Amino acid sequence: MPKISIEDLKKIKEQQLNKMSVRAGHHRAKITVHMGTCGIAAGARDIMTLFRDKIAEKDISDIILTNSGCAGLCAKEPMITVELEGSAPVKYVTLDKAKAERVFDEHVMGGKVVEDYALAIGSETMAT
Amino acid sequence: MQERDALLKKKVESTVEVIPPEQLKALDEIIDKYAGTTQNLIPALKEAQEMFGYLPMEVQRKLSVGMNIPAPHIYGVVTFYSFFTITPRGRHTIRLCLGTACYVKGAKEMLEIIIRDVGINVGETSEDGRYTLEAVRCLGACGLAPVMMIGEDTHGNIHPPKTIGILDGYQ
Amino acid sequence: MCASPYYRMQLMMCAGTGCIASGSLDVKAALEKELEKRNLQDEVQIIMTGCNGFCAMGPLVVVYPDGIFYNQVKPEHAPLIVEEHVLKGRLVEKLLFKEEATKSRVPLMKDIDFFGLQRLIVLRNRGLIDAESIDEYIARDGYAGLAKCLNEMTPEQVIEEVKKSGLRGRGGGGFPTGLKWEECRRYDSFPKYTICNGDEGDPGAFMDRSVMEGDPHSVLEGMAISGYAIGAEQGYIYVRAEYPLAIQRLEKAIADARDYGLLGKNILDSGFNFDIGIAPGAGAFVCGESTALMYSIEGKRGMPRIKPPRSAEAGLWNQPTNLNNVETFANLNPIMLNGGDWFASIGTEGSKGTKVFALTGAINNVGLVEVPMGTSLKTLIFDIGGGIPKKRKFKAAQIGGPSGGCIPNGMEEVEIDYESLQGVGAMMGSGGVVVMDDMTCMVDTAKFFTNFSVDESCGKCTPCREGLKTMFDKLTDICEGRGQEGDVEFLIELGNHVNDTSHCGLGKSAANPVLSTIRYFRNEYDAHIRDKHCPALVCPDLIDFVVLEDKCKMCGACFKGCPSNAIVWEKKKVAWIDREKCTKCRTCIQNCKFAAIR
Repeated sequence: MPKISIEDLKKIKEQQLNKMSVRAGHHRAKITVHMGTCGIAAGARDIMTLFRDKIAEKDISDIILTNSGCAGLCAKEPMITVELEGSAPVKYVTLDKAKAERVFDEHVMGGKVVEDYALAIGSETMAT
Repeated sequence: MQERDALLKKKVESTVEVIPPEQLKALDEIIDKYAGTTQNLIPALKEAQEMFGYLPMEVQRKLSVGMNIPAPHIYGVVTFYSFFTITPRGRHTIRLCLGTACYVKGAKEMLEIIIRDVGINVGETSEDGRYTLEAVRCLGACGLAPVMMIGEDTHGNIHPPKTIGILDGYQ
Repeated sequence: MCASPYYRMQLMMCAGTGCIASGSLDVKAALEKELEKRNLQDEVQIIMTGCNGFCAMGPLVVVYPDGIFYNQVKPEHAPLIVEEHVLKGRLVEKLLFKEEATKSRVPLMKDIDFFGLQRLIVLRNRGLIDAESIDEYIARDGYAGLAKCLNEMTPEQVIEEVKKSGLRGRGGGGFPTGLKWEECRRYDSFPKYTICNGDEGDPGAFMDRSVMEGDPHSVLEGMAISGYAIGAEQGYIYVRAEYPLAIQRLEKAIADARDYGLLGKNILDSGFNFDIGIAPGAGAFVCGESTALMYSIEGKRGMPRIKPPRSAEAGLWNQPTNLNNVETFANLNPIMLNGGDWFASIGTEGSKGTKVFALTGAINNVGLVEVPMGTSLKTLIFDIGGGIPKKRKFKAAQIGGPSGGCIPNGMEEVEIDYESLQGVGAMMGSGGVVVMDDMTCMVDTAKFFTNFSVDESCGKCTPCREGLKTMFDKLTDICEGRGQEGDVEFLIELGNHVNDTSHCGLGKSAANPVLSTIRYFRNEYDAHIRDKHCPALVCPDLIDFVVLEDKCKMCGACFKGCPSNAIVWEKKKVAWIDREKCTKCRTCIQNCKFAAIR
């Protein structure tokens, strides 16, 4: 194996940081797929897989994909929440693969809320 | 108490075993690998001990000739470091940690239990050749005190009365 | 699908010695099996990290991106974690850390006091990188410090920067690292050597093990920087034989670094050559002393010699040699990258930076912590350490191993830095802190340490070989009821004598445990000598175990635990102890929840 130079050192750092981005605190966007029993039954796994493939394909490192439990609105599953840095989270309901793809391209990548599928903007308020 | 003291007073019989010359040939490989400088003596002794389980005089003498290091120097090193032994070992080496953290958390009780129930003190081998008991200073696993190693396995958070139960797993 | 799968979740599994002993490898296998069963192996990655520091609660799993901290995870929990957390995103409540003071569960790693109150420099990568991956180390600015030195700085500038940082040797002595290097650079004799002291012999200390296992490259990088600074082309890491995992990880790290050309000839095209070899120890405490360690690497008996000449002038094979501790080396990458001034801004006037401590003994959060110099002992024990278990009282903290001393209850406000500790009769040592509660007898503790030093004395000089043996015999007499008036004065006189006249650093400090316990716990010595009584109920010859009838709740816990069947108990009757059979092993005292046995 050839010896590496200082530039190579930086390159390795960049590449590896991408792979480790899951562990870093800062992200441009966060997608939460709601995966309770109902969500999974309604096809949330497929949507999760779709997002994963898309992120891998485009080699994006500033998006964090995560899952959470049942959002309580089982009739409208599968649901996701998209949260861009600095703006309120948006909930999308009754998704399928095609719709999810559009959300990804337009909202996550493009920054424009796909109003057709959006249920609400903003977080739920907690009872105090 | 008397019973325990009697056990402690028991003398270990010195064991002189002769390694057959054909087995000593296995050492040639180690000698070839390490001959040249004294720097390699400790790694060479380690490998030799792995091979025979201990370092009897024949092994030391053969290494001395092969590596061109005076035999007294080798004997000096072997007896200086606690890792080396010149008496045969049991099938399982119990390394009981008597470091501060383990000591505070009950390693002393474990030692008493082993002395009483297995009948061996530190440095001894049980008559059936099953265990050798060693006390070590710290295994660096203080978070799990008290700790003992049996062979390669580390057992931690031992409640002293359960010591024998753990030993029973090693036949 | 793209070639490298995108992992949406990473499970960081602690694979330090502590967690492996608690079964983390089994947990990993169970998690892998469970993930595969649900076809999640391309979605979720399991990474084995170095020691997380929180050894008592192992095995540990930290789930990213959320940073959720699970402790005491067992293989049978794997389905639960995968089903609930990985799949449904719900936290597994019962595996979350429970804060002892508030009894509440804390999900996030950063919110746990144990982690939150620490400041990480040496342990900057702990739990965050795969211990066996050089790429992940590089991703966290690894080898960038070395690159900066080779590329932009002269060796003199490197030494100047280290001097400016105020970094002092973390092995115990506290000698300024920059000065050491400067001296070594001055000698015009080649080859020179730089050695890493990984012979962590103090009982109760495991900081160096954790760094070598969890972040081996940080040690290699530090060594390369020192080699560049002093003009050495060969380094050795002396690792104790009790640390097989550390040796294995270091070997892998060295091989990987050679592959990348970060060790070997012409590193990063700078013309600088440097390589590192591992010299395994063979079990001798005295080899932690610099000259003894060098003799041991040469394949001889590890016996210290009289200094001068110092090792900087005539060390390994009589050549100029620099010796630093594992932790000292691990500090160098951040110092080089952030500058000496940054490092000097942390800590106190005389002691800069942070220090890693191994908290062990009678404390709730046993583990490895890194705090800025000058943090009070109280913060260390009660806030980070979570206090003393079983509602017992804090009695003393033993700092610095067999060379250190005790800091008693009432003095826990003391700030931890080199000078303050010396002022109260303890010393920094390598950083082992053993906390003792009121069940610990201080005379017995002093005896324990003296016994340790007797065993480990190399036997070269008389004060250490004979003096300590005499002290040990005297302490044994006191513990077994043969103590006489004047014994304590004798111990003080002899102890001072041993400290003053021994050859090496170990002998010079070997009497410290006795002297410091006499200083603070004289009354316990007097109780042993005059009243033939051990106040902490430890020394078997000075106590007879009895059941206090008014306190006994007749539960039978003592009866069930007794290994020698010395306790007579029937349901609804107060237990009593058959003194003929009793071996005074104290199992019953520990089992009794009502303090009814004494």
